[in-house]
Amino acid sequence: MPTTYEPIATTTLSTATASVTFSSISGTYTDLVVVINGLYSGTTYGKFTFNSDTTASNYSYTRMLGYSGGVLSDRSGGTDGISLGSTRGTWIAHIQNYANSTTYKTVLARENAAGTGVGAYVYLWRNTAAITSVTFTGVSGNFDSTTTFTLYGIKAA
Amino acid sequence: MATTYEAIATVTVGSGGAASIEFTSIPATYTDLKIVYSARNNRVDTTDHILIGFNGGTTSITNRQLYGFATSVGSITSVPRSVGYVNSASATTNTFSNAEVYIPNYTSSNYKSYSADNVDENNTSGDNGLWLTAGLWSSTSAITSISLTSNIGTAFVQYSTATLYGIKNS
Repeated sequence: MPTTYEPIATTTLSTATASVTFSSISGTYTDLVVVINGLYSGTTYGKFTFNSDTTASNYSYTRMLGYSGGVLSDRSGGTDGISLGSTRGTWIAHIQNYANSTTYKTVLARENAAGTGVGAYVYLWRNTAAITSVTFTGVSGNFDSTTTFTLYGIKAA
Repeated sequence: MATTYEAIATVTVGSGGAASIEFTSIPATYTDLKIVYSARNNRVDTTDHILIGFNGGTTSITNRQLYGFATSVGSITSVPRSVGYVNSASATTNTFSNAEVYIPNYTSSNYKSYSADNVDENNTSGDNGLWLTAGLWSSTSAITSISLTSNIGTAFVQYSTATLYGIKNS
């Protein structure tokens, strides 16, 4: 049986770090999956960017959240949404059809921090370029040591 | 290239039902675990919570859940081991709830965070819908066994199934 779900890269932080990048992502897969597991010290959400494009207006999202204050659904510009909490959390994202060069890119993500909130996000990057790198940034703090970042590739055939 | 996404074990409930679904002696050779289940239980109601446990225990587990029903939405922490609703005896015949539970770094010495997505649609206006769960087992022990049980019901019914997958990051 052909292998259709492959690890591309993984890193485990040994010290608190503000930014992690997976670069030189090949176009040989159909979809990408990112799994982040760990701790984040920031008081605001972390975020991600593709291909070093830091222009916030190129990104947008819609989300629904459950948290101590209740529930909400809203939308905004940017890619804020990485929340791991102070007790350890998990952020999982699916990046569909990332290597095509004709469509904008859509990301489905799940935020999981039992101490703070649970949510589902849909992101849009308004750029037709193939995704070749993704950077995760702790906007107001660091990803703490022991936090793991793993990038998987999924092949449709 | 080595296979990195493997089925470890599958449980299928037989005609007598089963009080729990158990995965034991989970090898430590993977990075992450994923459980995919389709289940229904015998509670005399339309739904019940399905509960997760680790290493034979039920303590030190907390969660935050977001649910959407036919006409309402909410967020709770009151059933700390819940990973969502399971269709029960009064639900539409032949309907089973489906779910995925993802557990990264299950052998690490850090606390274990997990994610669950659950659906329990049965074509009624009752409490069926979807659940998103952020869970945390505050233990530094490696996960070696996982149990799924019911909150009020006493058994999963025949044809309930669950599969445990192991995922390697290298």
